[in-house]
Amino acid sequence: MSKKYEIRLSGSGGQGLILAGKVLAEAAVIYDGKNATQSQSYGPEARGGASRSEVIISDEEIIFPKAQNIDLLVALTQESCNVYSKDLKDDGILLVDSKLVGQVPEGKYRVYKVPIIDIALKETGKTLTANIVALGLVTELSGIVTRKAVESAILSRVPKGTEEINRKAFLAGIKKAEEITKNSIK
Amino acid sequence: MKELVISGNEAIAYGAIRAGCCFFAGYPITPSSEVAEELSLKLPEVGGRFIQMEDEIASLAAVIGASITGKKAMTATSGPGFSLMQEHIGFAAMGEIPCVIVNVQRGGPSTGLPTHPSQGDVMQARWGTHGDHEIIALSPSSSQECYTLIIEAFNLSEEYRTPVIFLTDEVIAHLREKLVLPDSKSINVVTRKKPDVPPENYKPFDTSFGKVPPLADFGSGYKFHITGLTHDETGFPTDDSKKTAVLLKRLQDKIIDNRDKIVRTDNFMLDDAELTIIAYGAVARAAKEAVLAARERGIKLGLFRLITIWPFADKEIAEISKRMKAIIIAEMNMGQLRTTVESAVKGRCNVLTVGRADGEIVTPSNILEKVKEVGIVH
Repeated sequence: MSKKYEIRLSGSGGQGLILAGKVLAEAAVIYDGKNATQSQSYGPEARGGASRSEVIISDEEIIFPKAQNIDLLVALTQESCNVYSKDLKDDGILLVDSKLVGQVPEGKYRVYKVPIIDIALKETGKTLTANIVALGLVTELSGIVTRKAVESAILSRVPKGTEEINRKAFLAGIKKAEEITKNSIK
Repeated sequence: MKELVISGNEAIAYGAIRAGCCFFAGYPITPSSEVAEELSLKLPEVGGRFIQMEDEIASLAAVIGASITGKKAMTATSGPGFSLMQEHIGFAAMGEIPCVIVNVQRGGPSTGLPTHPSQGDVMQARWGTHGDHEIIALSPSSSQECYTLIIEAFNLSEEYRTPVIFLTDEVIAHLREKLVLPDSKSINVVTRKKPDVPPENYKPFDTSFGKVPPLADFGSGYKFHITGLTHDETGFPTDDSKKTAVLLKRLQDKIIDNRDKIVRTDNFMLDDAELTIIAYGAVARAAKEAVLAARERGIKLGLFRLITIWPFADKEIAEISKRMKAIIIAEMNMGQLRTTVESAVKGRCNVLTVGRADGEIVTPSNILEKVKEVGIVH
C-alpha cells in the first residue's frame, strides 16, 4: 500500500470530529508506523457551523496536506454531506448518519447509512461518544489503520475514567462495520 | 529519537523552550492561541514565566522588558494583534532588544477571517513599523520546521540584537503531523554577547566591539538607558545629525552585511528546471506537489522555497532567473511579493502570480493551471 488514503470527517462543530481526526493520525503514525497528517477547517463558532477534519495516511511523505480526492467521507449532518460529497472519489466510501442525513447525493461511491448517534446512545448512554463509534466504522471500512493502533490511540487520548465507555463505543462501531460489509456482499 | 504527532503551533512552543525561551507574554487570538496554551503549561515546568496581558501592545512591552533582563522571550499573535505590536517592534529594533514575535497569519484586513489561512502580512512584517529599519522574518512549512526554525529565530535575534518575526500561517499552525525531536547534539543554541567590561565602563551601544554591541542584563549591576529616541553609544537621546546617521546606518548594516549568513532557502528539482515556482509556508507544499505532477507530464518545473522572507533572497532569485522561461510566485495573498521578486529578476524572465485571498490555501491544481497558461509543454 504505497498510495495515500484520504479521509474527511465532517459534521457540525462540537461533534468531536477534530478529536477523531487527531486520534486517527496518532494511530497511523505512532502505533502503525505510517505517515499521517490531520488538518481541519471550521468556522468561528464554538458549537454548530460546518466543521471538517481531514486525515491523510500514507507510507510515503505527505506533501500537500489537504484532501483533494477523498477515499472515505463521514458526514454527520445533511449540510456537510451536501457540501463535501463532491470531493469523493468514484470508488470511494460515503458513511452517513442515517437519522441526520435524509438525502444522500447521487454518485458512484459506495454508501453506508448507519444510525451512528443512536448506536452511541444505546451502547454507552452518551451521544457524545458518536465520534468514537464513527472511528470504529472508519477503521474497518477503510482498512488503512489497524484496530489495535486506533484503540491504543483512543485510550491514550480520552480523559481518565472514560476509557471503558470509549472502548465500548469503538467496538460497537467495528461490529456495525462488520455487519454492513457482510450484507453488502450478499 | 522521540516521535510526536503535533501541530505547528505546539511545535513552536516546544522549539522555543529548546531554544532557551523562558518568558512568554501574550493575548490569545485564533489561530495562534495554541502557542500560548502550550507555553502556559510548559514554561512553569522549566522555571519560566507565562503571563497573559491585557492586549498585544502590553504583551510585546512585557517581552521586551523580560529580554532586557537577559532572558529569551517571545510572544505569539495573529494579524489584528500583529498590527497592535508594530509600535513595539520598532522600539525593539531601535533599542536593539532581542525578541521573537510569532505571527500566525489569518485572513485580513482587520479581524477578517479568524479561522482561515493567509499570507497577507509579509509586507507588514517588512514595513509595519515606521522608520528605516531592517527586519528578519522566517516562514516554516511543517511541524518539524516550526520546531527547528523557531530555534533559529531565537538564535538570530540573540546574535544580531534584533526582533525576529516568525511568519507562519493557519494551515501549518493547525496541521498535525510527525515531529521527530532532534537529539541535543544537532541543535545549536546562540546566546547574546554580554559585556566583559566593568559596569562603570559599559556603554549599551558601544560599537568598538563590532556592529552588534554586547548587551548587559538589567538588574545585574550594569546601569544604562534604553530609549526609542535616536541615541548615541551611551543610550541617551541625541538629535545630532552625524550621530543619527551613524546609528541608522549601523542598524541597517548589522543585518545587510550578514545577509548571506541569515538568508535561508530550499529548492526542489531546480537544476534542470525551465520554470520555477517561488513559494513559502504552507503554499510551498502545494508547489512541491505541483512540481511532481508537472514532471509526470514532462514539464520541467522546479520549486524555490523561501525560508527567510526578510532579508529577501534577491541574489539567489536573480541567479535562477537567468535560466528560467518564467517564475511563478504562489502565495496566499493578492501578489504581495511580486514587485520584490520583479526587482530581483530585472526583466530576465516573466514573473507571474498565483494568489488567493479567499481564506483557502493555493492548491496544486491552482498552480498547474498557471503553469499551463505559461505554455511550456513538451
